[in-house]
Amino acid sequence: MSFEWIKIPYALLTLFIVANYGFLLTAVMAKIAARVGRRHGIPVWQNYVDLIKNYGLRSSITHGVMFYLGPVFRLTGGVGLLMFVPTIYGTEMFSNMSFAGDLILALYFVFFGSLGMALGAGESGHPHSAIGVTRGLSQVTAAELPFALAVYAVAVQYQTLSVTEIVAAQQGGILHWTLFSNPLAVAAAMLSFLGTMMRPPFDVVLAPQEIPIGPPTEYHSSYLALMQTNRAIFPIAKIVIYMNLFFGGAASWPVFFLKVFLIYLVSVIVGVVFPRFRVEQSIRWFLIWAVPLGIAAILMV
Amino acid sequence: MKDDFPTPPVRDELKKRVVETPDGQTIEIDPLRDYYCQSAPTVMPAAYSKIVEGLFNWARAESLWILGFGTGCGAIEMRPLMTPRFDAYRYGIQWRPTPRQSNLFVISGYLSVKTLKRVIRSYEQMPNPKYVVGLGSCTINGGMYFDSYNTITRLDQYLPVDVYIAGCMPRPEALLAGFEELKRIIRAGKAEGANQYAEQFDWYKANQKRVIHDWDMPDYNW
Repeated sequence: MSFEWIKIPYALLTLFIVANYGFLLTAVMAKIAARVGRRHGIPVWQNYVDLIKNYGLRSSITHGVMFYLGPVFRLTGGVGLLMFVPTIYGTEMFSNMSFAGDLILALYFVFFGSLGMALGAGESGHPHSAIGVTRGLSQVTAAELPFALAVYAVAVQYQTLSVTEIVAAQQGGILHWTLFSNPLAVAAAMLSFLGTMMRPPFDVVLAPQEIPIGPPTEYHSSYLALMQTNRAIFPIAKIVIYMNLFFGGAASWPVFFLKVFLIYLVSVIVGVVFPRFRVEQSIRWFLIWAVPLGIAAILMV
Repeated sequence: MKDDFPTPPVRDELKKRVVETPDGQTIEIDPLRDYYCQSAPTVMPAAYSKIVEGLFNWARAESLWILGFGTGCGAIEMRPLMTPRFDAYRYGIQWRPTPRQSNLFVISGYLSVKTLKRVIRSYEQMPNPKYVVGLGSCTINGGMYFDSYNTITRLDQYLPVDVYIAGCMPRPEALLAGFEELKRIIRAGKAEGANQYAEQFDWYKANQKRVIHDWDMPDYNW
């Protein structure tokens, strides 16, 4: 198999578009949530300003090697997830580095950032970080379970582990989407989606009102800026996976923007309606409601 | 105030001690040396290029992250700023729960000596371009607590203050006006409180130690 070097600038272009879209989309979602509370909320360009501010801070301190690597791992998780999944279906330019077994790799990358963050935040030595990491990892693990089951169901359904082939199988009308051909898997995956977007009701890990914002308690300046960048890229990358697996993928950028916006909006709407769960409540919720749906999806297939 | 209080003894958990670790080693722990970074603050120069520094100053002004630490009764005036009535988020003002991520410290009202100690620790943990806003007349001259035995009267003897917002209490509108004034100062590149603190470090420390009698922490902890 030969490697096309032109893929690298193409992939970087994808990354650039997605990062900027992520910054704007996060701010728009914050505005939407603020409007629900009858506020106007942050300006849409606020994320960029915060980013420049954090890079512009003059002093930064470190607690050790893993403290450096934590945000780097986190960003690697987001970027890697995006790189190995076809962003726009059917174009040579934006298919990135997708290959035959990329679905399994994507599942790894979803978890990779959390683990890196756990190591980095652990080394900062702050007790709040340690508590945040414990809460975060247990909640994310419980939330990933139904998603893994749903992915397994989809892989069995289409008899392939390649995201591109799964998207190809869903082309030809809205009724070909996994949403309609395997609704149970999509339901399980969407419940898991709520859990990993770090929005209420599942944001006890990062919410400022709880034990001071959990894992990133000690992170500041450039470290925090890296993590902010990841906060823009990672949700989009994850939504790209969901879009490809369950909602027929996107064949052009406008369709991509629209679908990503709508899928993101699901978690925001749920977030502004429901109050926050404690960690043990959310784990129980995932095990009771989402996991049986995932198992049923596999049995249906 | 006469300076004749006896120095209280060092608390037990801050004393030097020998501990046996779970894997059988015996190590010596000196909390005051091991748990903190001891180096004194240094003056941090601005970015080399004037254009870059201008951009940074603009970004710092438009992204004020307030440390969520209400030191006195004036903190009650910050709640309306977060809620729909005044909604300070529109102006790039946000609240952060940890000193590491915030760059603006609002000293909200009177400051008791006990709180001053925590305020100093929090202030020193904030990263370098950091700003202090004194809220209410208590921070200027003690206000209605001018003759109290355990509050400080002039904040700028202990921390470099950028903007005072007078009043008892100042309304949330006054706070917003004060933040806008602070933004102007930052954009003009004149809000160098952190560097001033580093330059006049000995003077600030002497003032702080004059009022804080149970000084059971290192001179600089970040």
